[in-house]
Amino acid sequence: MSRQIVSANRLTDGLVVFRTAAGTWSERVEDARVYTAEDAEIEVAAASREATVVVGAYAVDLEEQGSAPSRLRERIRATGPTIAYGPAAVITPRRAAGA
Amino acid sequence: MPLVKLTAAGIEPVDTVWTRLGTDDAVPAAGAVLVPLARWQAEKEALLARADAVGVWLAAGETADSLSADLDRLTVVALDFPAFSDGRAYSTARLLRDRFGYRGELRAIGDVLLDQLIQMVRTGFDALDVKAPVSGAPVTVETIQAALSRYSLVYQVAHDARPPVSALRRRLAAGGQG
Amino acid sequence: MYRYDEFDHQVVRERVAEFSDQVSRRLSGDLSEEQFRPLRLMNGVYLQLHAYMLRVAVPYGELTSGKMRRLAHIARVYDRGYGHFTTRQNIQFNWPKLSDIPAILKELAEVEMHAIQTSGNCIRNVTTDAFAGVAADEIEDPRPWAEVLRQWSTFHPEFTYLPRKFKIAISGGAQDRAATFFHDIGIRLVRAESGDAGFQIIVGGGMGRTPRVGRVLNGFVAKSEILSYLEAILRVYNLHGRRDNKYKARIKILVDALTLEGFRAEVDAEWQRIRGSVVEVPAEEVERIGAYFADPDWQALADNPPELAAARSRSSAFNGWVSANVMAHRVPGYAAVTVSLKPVGGIPGDATADQMDALADFADRYSLGALRVSKEQNIVLPYVRQDQLHALWQALVAEGLATANKGLISDIIACPGLDYCALANARSIPLAQMISERFSDIARQHDIGEVTLNISGCINACGHHHVGNIGILGVDKRGEESYQLVLGGDATQTAAIGDIAGPGFTAEGVVDAIETVIGVYLAQRQNGEPFIDTYRRIGLTPFKEAINAAR
Repeated sequence: MSRQIVSANRLTDGLVVFRTAAGTWSERVEDARVYTAEDAEIEVAAASREATVVVGAYAVDLEEQGSAPSRLRERIRATGPTIAYGPAAVITPRRAAGA
Repeated sequence: MPLVKLTAAGIEPVDTVWTRLGTDDAVPAAGAVLVPLARWQAEKEALLARADAVGVWLAAGETADSLSADLDRLTVVALDFPAFSDGRAYSTARLLRDRFGYRGELRAIGDVLLDQLIQMVRTGFDALDVKAPVSGAPVTVETIQAALSRYSLVYQVAHDARPPVSALRRRLAAGGQG
Repeated sequence: MYRYDEFDHQVVRERVAEFSDQVSRRLSGDLSEEQFRPLRLMNGVYLQLHAYMLRVAVPYGELTSGKMRRLAHIARVYDRGYGHFTTRQNIQFNWPKLSDIPAILKELAEVEMHAIQTSGNCIRNVTTDAFAGVAADEIEDPRPWAEVLRQWSTFHPEFTYLPRKFKIAISGGAQDRAATFFHDIGIRLVRAESGDAGFQIIVGGGMGRTPRVGRVLNGFVAKSEILSYLEAILRVYNLHGRRDNKYKARIKILVDALTLEGFRAEVDAEWQRIRGSVVEVPAEEVERIGAYFADPDWQALADNPPELAAARSRSSAFNGWVSANVMAHRVPGYAAVTVSLKPVGGIPGDATADQMDALADFADRYSLGALRVSKEQNIVLPYVRQDQLHALWQALVAEGLATANKGLISDIIACPGLDYCALANARSIPLAQMISERFSDIARQHDIGEVTLNISGCINACGHHHVGNIGILGVDKRGEESYQLVLGGDATQTAAIGDIAGPGFTAEGVVDAIETVIGVYLAQRQNGEPFIDTYRRIGLTPFKEAINAAR
């Protein structure tokens, strides 16, 4: 029996959100409620009626054990880029010069 | 779905009720009808003999050429937008107007939304059967007017008479009115 | 460079007002997501894996220091302090809020920038050679024509809902630095026997799942007739391009279906009807636009000034940077400098807000305030005095922007991949980082010499893997990343689509395979020929055999 969570992007800022047990949306995957595939389908349908709150709700498969999504794409989506980016990723001058 | 006609006087709502027929629909005894191309080709004399108005609608894949021989007998041609994102009718409109010289009413039907009305008018449509927004907010002459006046300038020469920016620049350089 | 007049300003201001209204209508529910999506895309707004992404056009790659500072400001205020320069002369911001985008567009409009038609099934940002106007091999400057095309394609009423996206590139060089053979339409300035310059029109090139080298549709179109010719092509495509399958909707598929001759017959029939009509750009408009691209006031300088030679002999690092990143200029005493956005272990094409500000300062100090964005995702300073190269280099070193790898193996083109992109199947950035770490020895890179290495995280080929001398395609193999190695691609006028050298590599495996490929090249290289020449001479087999033997 596959276990799923329901995710979407928030309309106003586009950030990834997850459906919680309280029927709200959270940015934290830890807050996601776990559904059976059947219940997830119902929840996705409900979310699609919240057209001014979220965009593109869908069900995400979880690994057989644990609470991580099974596909790499969904794991990256849940936790962010796998690389340092922006000011945190600036390469030190000495190395960049290749000197 | 308010149908409006664009005339020199402005945007005029059309009161006539037009029935759009599919390929297998019976032609009603009375009332204005839009018939599909195949019906027109098969029954044009009978259709023209009716007391009420008849127009032909082209589906998005049907070409301007298919009507070119009949354009002088037609007062209404409608082009269908099966989805607003299907832009074939813009080119079909250009060809009907510019290549075949059609001067009758050219009506946009189907998924006709406020955000694409400018393109329609610029490519030669002069009647718009505008669909209401999903919220159900009404489409009025005012909302259509607002959508059509969104841009005061255009860069290209199209079917409408609007001078492109390059012509305005030329006038400005010549010391005329910008 | 081109400056907006009041008319151009008005058009862009009205666009900002229109999109602001559309955003409000989306937020209030008047527009469904399905209705809003094409509208936001035509304003450069995607919904990606983690957030919205805003793609801002850098029309034909030209920036001023003022524009660059505004991009830095937007990165800082509305995003997370950085931006990503793309292969089509755009910059992407990865984290903007939808509700902030009207304000961002307003800020861009103030500096004569916009995000118009950077996505959607319309004519996209027209691109050109990053060295336009300064390259020594140029037939004519393509930038005035790129601006003519920008204006013509902006809100074209007939061609805004095409079957699929439509990309145009124009190049003026004998060397094609704009990948004109891989665009829906490529335009190359050519000279007829009469001495007149005109356009060679290439159609149906592209990458993606059906890669095609574009084919010459017309060998010479007079400059005065370019718009009618393009309208004829677009009209045929708009009416007859497939709309039932998005993977078969590009113009290359229509050209395949009709054959080149059949397609040409359709275009010519339409062209004869509209050729020379009011659709053409008036001569005085071309002249008006052309005047903006007049030469700056060059100083009378000589090539190779003594201070440059002295600095080159003093510092091998500077000397290496000059050899790789400094290009000959058509004006004596000047140089066109590539600032690499590919530091070892870095993210190809990314620049922080601070780096953008620094680049703007360097442009003011050393390049008459001008910058360019290259399709290799680097920044070009087009007007640098050779006697100031050393000072510029020192300034770049201090900012971490002096990587001496232009055109070398670590000058990697990479798409954002699965770290950001909703369409990707595999990550590109970590792989680019691993490869540049593996080849971090700059002396070794210079020894390997000229080679292009391109990485795409899916078959859509935003990272141009088909046309890299070495290309890598990321795929999804049962939920895991897998990489395919492609060899022999070429994005220039000797255009070629790469051959598959092997599928099924892990990220580490593909880096090893590249080592093997380079080993074969170095062993087989004759007379210092570049990688692509060796590949063409010996073919795929020796590379494939070596890769398989090492696996």
